[in-house]
Amino acid sequence: MTEFSLLSPIQGQKGVQGIIVANSEGIPIKSTLDNSSTVQYAGLIHQLVMKARSTIRDIDPQNDLTFMRVRSKKNEIMIAPDKDFFLIVIQNPSD
Amino acid sequence: MEIVHVYSKLRSEFGRQCLFSDRPAELLLDLPPDPSLTLSFIQKNHRDQAVQACWETSEHQLNTERFETGSCGINHMEGGWPKDINPAEMEQTIRFRKKVEKDESYINSVLQLGSVMEHCIRQNNAVDIYQECFEDEEEVEEIQEPPSAKTVNVFRDPNEIKRTVTSLSWQPDGGRKLAVAYSSLEFQKSSKDMSLDSYIWDIENPNRPEMMLKPASPLVCLDYNPKDSHTLVGGSYNGQIVFWDIRKGNQPVEFSSLEHSHRDPVYKIIWLQSKTGTDAFSASTDGQVLWWDVRKLAEPTERLVLDPSREGNLDQALGAISLEFEPTMPTKFMVGTEQGLVISCNRKAKTPAEKIVCTYDSHHGPIYALQRNPFFPKNFLTVGDWTARIWSEDIKESSIMWTKYQMSYLTDACWSPVRPSVFFTVKMDGVLDVWDILFKQSDPTLSLKVCDKSLYSLSVQDNGCLVACGSQLGEATLLEICSGLSTLQKNEKSLLAAMFERESKREKILEARQREVRLKERSRSEQSREEEVGREEGEEDPKHLIARAESDFYSLVEAEVKRREKKDEVMKEKDICEEKDVKDEEQRGTSE
Repeated sequence: MTEFSLLSPIQGQKGVQGIIVANSEGIPIKSTLDNSSTVQYAGLIHQLVMKARSTIRDIDPQNDLTFMRVRSKKNEIMIAPDKDFFLIVIQNPSD
Repeated sequence: MEIVHVYSKLRSEFGRQCLFSDRPAELLLDLPPDPSLTLSFIQKNHRDQAVQACWETSEHQLNTERFETGSCGINHMEGGWPKDINPAEMEQTIRFRKKVEKDESYINSVLQLGSVMEHCIRQNNAVDIYQECFEDEEEVEEIQEPPSAKTVNVFRDPNEIKRTVTSLSWQPDGGRKLAVAYSSLEFQKSSKDMSLDSYIWDIENPNRPEMMLKPASPLVCLDYNPKDSHTLVGGSYNGQIVFWDIRKGNQPVEFSSLEHSHRDPVYKIIWLQSKTGTDAFSASTDGQVLWWDVRKLAEPTERLVLDPSREGNLDQALGAISLEFEPTMPTKFMVGTEQGLVISCNRKAKTPAEKIVCTYDSHHGPIYALQRNPFFPKNFLTVGDWTARIWSEDIKESSIMWTKYQMSYLTDACWSPVRPSVFFTVKMDGVLDVWDILFKQSDPTLSLKVCDKSLYSLSVQDNGCLVACGSQLGEATLLEICSGLSTLQKNEKSLLAAMFERESKREKILEARQREVRLKERSRSEQSREEEVGREEGEEDPKHLIARAESDFYSLVEAEVKRREKKDEVMKEKDICEEKDVKDEEQRGTSE
């Protein structure tokens, strides 16, 4: 499957717990997690990315959001936004 | 004088348009200055006066009305699908997804995002970018900032009729919850509409109590079980002991029977250390200290009557207002009474008479708080009347250290659980004082006005940082003390131990001296009494004493009157002499 080959270098990394690709409306296109978590992640993170992007843009209109890391007690959520899609990776840094 | 110009206009011309015409200026009045008026004025001194053309402003502070917030979570449901696709239908969604996956732009963007992401993931795996690098470094010497405390939250009694906060208890293990007992201790002030509830508050949410406790009669004191943070025991206004388990709801699980409970409000109840963890004991102004097993509250397991003559006589008993129990000394406990006496008792004594070990005559009024220093259990703090006193167990005559008489009555006090030299007191004028006896003994280190009405109770959380105090209007205020007063300083324990030692030694020396003086007096009075017996027979009865007192008094008065008369005469003579001198001088003057 082409999608998995696209994402396999990421999936092969140490500590990666899940990968989600969602479109600009928050609909999860591809995911390695179960449906309910995917929907939750995609929806909530979509809102977060929109908010962060508008914040950066409000401060400086020439600027734009390139990457977001949300570090929590248990793991780290990394979000790479794009024009039409965004990629979410949940990693548990083992060290 | 008025400058008036009169002109007349026909009535029919009213309302007609104005027809203006040019006209040269006409002098109506010329008023020249009158120099003769200057005589009635004088010129004032020159004075500098600042003039600024701007509007006056003043500073005001406003506080908006309390805004009630509540927090709730939201759950994201599926959504965002285009209109023609029904999210419930698996086929349609799969088809949509497959379509997107085949899209060029999708593949490109995923590849690009993937490489960025990979870089970050590798970074994460290589180095923990959030690790604490300088954890073990020595703490920099703190800048001596002035002690301060700030109010974190205020928990108000939601009922209309405000009741006093009579007792506070922190939840053990972390203390995220605070149990507050509300009741009205003023005689016959409680009305039918007054609510009987007491509340458990979550310190993060001051808007609404987390849980309500509904006893049959208002609670005067409350205590969380230090072993089990779900159970509480409370003492109520009618003398009953009530036991709650929060998991089972807000009605009490059990309460003691009226016949065997106290006859007066229960002023203090404390959990005991026992194998079963279900023992508590309570004290009340009816003069009894009762022990209870919360599994069977129908009857107390043990009873002690606070009779200082050790006879167990309830009529002579002293009312108890505070209790003290330290888990490290499970057999001893102390009771503070309404009469100002602290009674130290031993639980394990064989007979009731031996239970009362000794008494300390401490204050002029009820002892509202009594607590041993958690680091030096031999020393304890008592608060009553207008002072706070620190005692050493061995010295029974007087306290080893005390504060000066304050402006208002002290109502509660407690030691800080982290710093042995810090204790907190609350007063009837609404002030919370923080005393640090290593820093200053004569005055509190920090004095905060918490409330306009009096503060009634106080409790410090186990971390020593948060202090809750309760007021007469039903407000429980939560304050955070600055870190300087809530972190252990170096050498604090040894310095404080030295201080207590020194003060106890001083008291011991004073006591010894007193004893000597008394002994001497006694021996002297015995001698003189022997002589007197030789002179007179029998004791003097009151009449003789009165007669003697009267005669002494009159003789004193007469002596004083005579003295004054003599003084007057001397003064008069002096005057005469002076007059004569003056006259002589005059004569001499005139003659020369």
